[in-house]
Parts: sequence; structure tokens; C-alpha cells
Amino acid sequence: MALLEEFNKVAAVPGVAPEAPLLADKGIARARLANVVGTRAMGVVCVTATAVIALLVGALVVQGSEKALDWGFLTGAPQQFLEGGGIGPELFNSFYLLVITMLISVPLALGAAVFLTQYAPQGRVASAAKTAIETLSSLPSVVVGLFGMTVFVIGAGWGFSILSGACALTLFNLPILVRTIQQALESVPRSQRDAALALGLTRWEATWRVLLPSATPAIVTGVILSAGRVFGEAAALIYTAGQTAPVLDFSCLDLSSPTCPWNVFRPAETLAVHIWKINSEGVVPDLAAVSAGTAAVLLASLLVFNLLARFAGKLLEKRMTSS
Amino acid sequence: MAPETSGAAAAEFPVLPVGLTGAADRTAERAAAAPAETPLDPAVLSAPEKRRLERRGKLLTGACVFVVMGAVAALIVSVAWQGLAAFLADGVDPVAFLTGAVWAPHAGEAAYGAAPMILGSLAVTALSCAFALPVSVACAIYAVEVSPSFGSRVFRPVMELLAGVPSVVFGLLGLTVVIPLVADATGTTGYGILAGAVVLAFMVFPTITSLTMDTLKAVPQSYREAALGLGLTRWQAICGAVLPAALPGILTALVMGMARAFGESLAVQMVVGNAAAVPSGLVGPAATLTSVLTMGMANEAPGTPAAHALWALALVLLVMSLVFVGIVHWIGKRAEDRHGTA
Repeated sequence: MALLEEFNKVAAVPGVAPEAPLLADKGIARARLANVVGTRAMGVVCVTATAVIALLVGALVVQGSEKALDWGFLTGAPQQFLEGGGIGPELFNSFYLLVITMLISVPLALGAAVFLTQYAPQGRVASAAKTAIETLSSLPSVVVGLFGMTVFVIGAGWGFSILSGACALTLFNLPILVRTIQQALESVPRSQRDAALALGLTRWEATWRVLLPSATPAIVTGVILSAGRVFGEAAALIYTAGQTAPVLDFSCLDLSSPTCPWNVFRPAETLAVHIWKINSEGVVPDLAAVSAGTAAVLLASLLVFNLLARFAGKLLEKRMTSS
Repeated sequence: MAPETSGAAAAEFPVLPVGLTGAADRTAERAAAAPAETPLDPAVLSAPEKRRLERRGKLLTGACVFVVMGAVAALIVSVAWQGLAAFLADGVDPVAFLTGAVWAPHAGEAAYGAAPMILGSLAVTALSCAFALPVSVACAIYAVEVSPSFGSRVFRPVMELLAGVPSVVFGLLGLTVVIPLVADATGTTGYGILAGAVVLAFMVFPTITSLTMDTLKAVPQSYREAALGLGLTRWQAICGAVLPAALPGILTALVMGMARAFGESLAVQMVVGNAAAVPSGLVGPAATLTSVLTMGMANEAPGTPAAHALWALALVLLVMSLVFVGIVHWIGKRAEDRHGTA
């Protein structure tokens, strides 16, 4: 209706009201002016917003780049009351926690996505699962963290540990992972799946031999992108993986030792938690420099994840479709 | 139901019986014929093997779904259980809890009034979305309707990057950039609802913008062509045809942004000032549900009334996020009823 009125206003005037052509020209001129002003204004807002964001994030990276490129900072032990603390353990913890989280969440998400797309795409189970996943994705990460504290840290008796943190992060990561894998599987042409089933393959075989190979590029991209989200998450970790980073001894292979890097039952502060903690406590003398350096390392890692996701997806696609 | 199948037919359609009723009687023949048929491809399975594989696959993947659903159920029950304990076991009056203005779990006479936090959360959410929405819609219009090349080459990647920036980094930007600006402008410390809202606006901006861009892209091209064909200018087509059609989607984007703002914890906690008193203005220390949870849980022993009160705050947070999900569904359903499409 609005459209019609709009049309009448602009187009009908010359014919219907010939006695007032001047008015009509004014209307058209006004519409043209509004067009130019409106679209230009949108452009100014959009470009300005992009520039402000790039400037803010860029300034933070530049500010922290000196620290972030310093090998001593990247590998050194953090300091609480002295200048010159490093982020060595935090850097390792972030990646190790990410790997453990992915080891738990990717198979789980893959299984769930295969069930929801192949075995039971409709029906009560599917709709209940859809609701559950949607609910989980809308939950604040701090609530997920507190639940992790109750169940994994206290309930299972794992304490503040990598395993507790990885389980909490799995909850945080599952919804997005299930959804991306589901979309990847659904985007495989239906004819391929039908052909596989018509040739007598079981759903299981069709999934593993036909669907998953052709969905792999999209799945890999989705997994890497979700890894970026996990890498920067802190709220779900402060009460599960803990806020302390024991100094790690890489020659230690005793899996029960708190200094053993591979021990999953040791507390592990990550880069993101480190930024939060030192800023909340505010006792580190070179707080601004350490925060900016850590943030720069975090952002650089995320950029790498982002580029890797694009690159790996394209590479896999090329390789898998040409063969 | 299944007709008698000869060996020859079974060889022609070697694996057809799988999943069909009455396949069992063909299974024996199929199994007997298998060695003769399969040398070309050792991976071809006999029918019982296939059925076993199918059952195992279904069980395995079904277990994954079950684990996910179980975890969600456990999470909701656990939060509700511990949160309700504040009202049921510790005798906190729910009305007093929601409206009380004093939060002092460790005072001589403990007071559990959550109004300061609830108001704080609502205020930062509303303000941040009020800041972000106009800019988001303007950016989305430009990036989709006016200059799609800029949109897809520059703007979309920037939004994706911004969406991936961790919340602590936003908190850090808040501490180093927003707080000094607010402090200069108002002559206060800078910590408070305004700073929190500005930081959150940056965080919800990519959410609202990306979803709005998706919605605008989903508006059928024929709407634009019809509008332009009627002689409307591009601006009139956007305002008169595209935006009205995209309105439900934009509202959904807004609600998703609000949900993100409401549930965000660390970035807000870093700049909001953390004083659990009813906010008196936009500047001056305040608190949100998430900030009190983040700060408080470390100090409470599990099972104490103070811990239960914190869990009750988590319950409020949980209920609110479910409300946001409900609103999104309601908008989607209403749009569907009206237009007959999703």
C-alpha cells in the first residue's frame, strides 16, 4: 500500500494534476534530492563505522605489537608485582585447551549433526534437539561457566583444570558447531545422497563416503571459525579452567605433575582470562603494555584462524572437487 | 509383501532389499551369493552387515544428540535448582528479591535485592542497542542496497572480524579508550552504565548488522524491480518497499543483539564500576547481573544462602535469555502467518 501511495505521489502528479506542473517538478526534484542525500548519508555512516572499528582495533594491535613481537614476552613467565612479565604458559594453555575442546566437541557435534540430517531430520527428537541447541546457543557464557563449575570442577572433582575448562567450552561451542556441520551436510546436493542410497549404500556408508567428503571443505571452515570463538572466550573459563597458570616444564612428562604441560588436571589460565585478570586486579606495574601485548597476540591468532579458515576451505574444495 | 526373488534378480539388484520390509527372506540368498558378487569391491557388505551397520550408526549418532540434549537439560535444571533454593530453602521472598534495592549478602542482616542489577542490565542493554541499531541499519542498507561491492569486499569481512573479537578485548578497549573519553566529557571516573553501553554497542553492532544484511539480501529482487519500475528513486524503493519487507528480520536482529548484550559479562564488568546500588544516572558505578555473578561467585562457598542468591541471579539471566529466544520465535511466526513465508 505504501508503495502505491508513494507511486501516486511521484508519478501520478504530471497527468492527474496538469494545472500544477511546477508542484510536480518540485515533488520529483525533492524525491531525487532525498535519494542522493539518503544514499550518501548511508555511505558516510557505513564508511565511518568501518574506519572507526579498523582504527580502534588497529591501534590496539599497533600498541601491543612491540611486546607481541618480543620472543621473551611470548615465552616468559607472567609476573604479578614486577615489570616485564611474559605470557608463555598462557599462550600454550590457550592452544592446548583449544585442542582438547575440539577433540571433545567436533566428534560430538559431527555425530549429532549426522543424526539430525540423515537419520531423523524430522519428528519429535529432531525438534527437541533443535530447541535444545538453540537454547544452549542463547545462554550467556557466564552461566555456562557457572554450570561447568558446579558439574565438572566440584561435582566431578576435577578442580580448576584443563578438562573442566574444555568441557565448559564444549557446551559453549556445540551449538554453533552442530549448526555449521548441519548446514554443510544439507548443502550437499540432495541428488548425491539419493543416488548413494539408491545404489544400496546404507545411510552410514552414504554419510561417510559421499556426504562427508563433499561437505568437508565447509565443515573444516566452520570448525576453524568456531575455534576462533573458543580461543577468545574467557567468561566460561574463569570458574572452570581457573585463573592461575603454573610455570610449565616441557621436559616433564609425568602426567600427574602440575608443571607438566600435558597434564589435563592442572589449572590453566588462557590469554583471554589473563587480560581480564590482570586488569581486574590492576597490580601489574606495566599493566597497559602487558594487556596490549596479550590482546595483540590474541587478535593476531584470531586473524590467523580467520585466514586459515578461508584458505583451508578453498584449498580443500579445489583438491576434493578436482580429484 | 515381497515377491519371491530369484538369485538372478538378487544379483542384478544386489543391495536393494536393505531397509525394505520382507527383506529378511532374501537375506540368506544374498549372503550366499555374496562371495560370487563381491570380488570386485571387497567393501560391499552383506545385508545383515548393512543392517547392523545402520543400527550401529544410528545408535552412535543418536547418542551424540542425546548427550547434547542431556547437557542442556542438566544445565537448566541445575541453574533452576540452585537458584530456586534461595527462595525455597533460604526463604528469600521472590518479590522482595526482584524489587529490593539493597544487595548486601554479607551484611549483619543479609539483604538480597536484585533490582540494582536487573535495572543495570536492562539499562546497558537498551542503551547499547539504541546506539547500535541506527548505525547497523544504515550500514546494512549501504552495504546491501547501495554499494554491494563495498559490502561484500570490505564491509562483510570487517564485520566478521569484529564479531570474532573476544569480549575481553572489547573490555580492554573500554578501559583504555571509552573510560577516559567518558571521564573527560562528564568529569567523573568514567565507570558506569554509559561506558558499559558504549562498549556493548560495539559488540552488538556486528551481530545486528550481519543479521540485518542477511534479511535485506533475502528480500526478493522483484520488490526492488517493481518499485524502480514504477519510477521510484532508489531511496524511495529502499524506504517504501525493501525496509517494510525486511522489518521482521530487522526486529529479530535487534532482539538477538539485545540477547547478546544482556548476557555479556566480562566486557561490561570491566567498565561498569561494580557497585551494586540502584543506578542514579548514566555515569557513576553500577552493576549488572553478569558483573555481580562474575565478581561474586569466587567469594561464596557452594550451598550457602549467598551462593544461592547468586544462582538466583543466574536464573534471572537464564529466564531472560529464554524470553529473548521466545520473542525471536514469535516474530518469525507472526511474519510467517502474515506473508506465508519464513
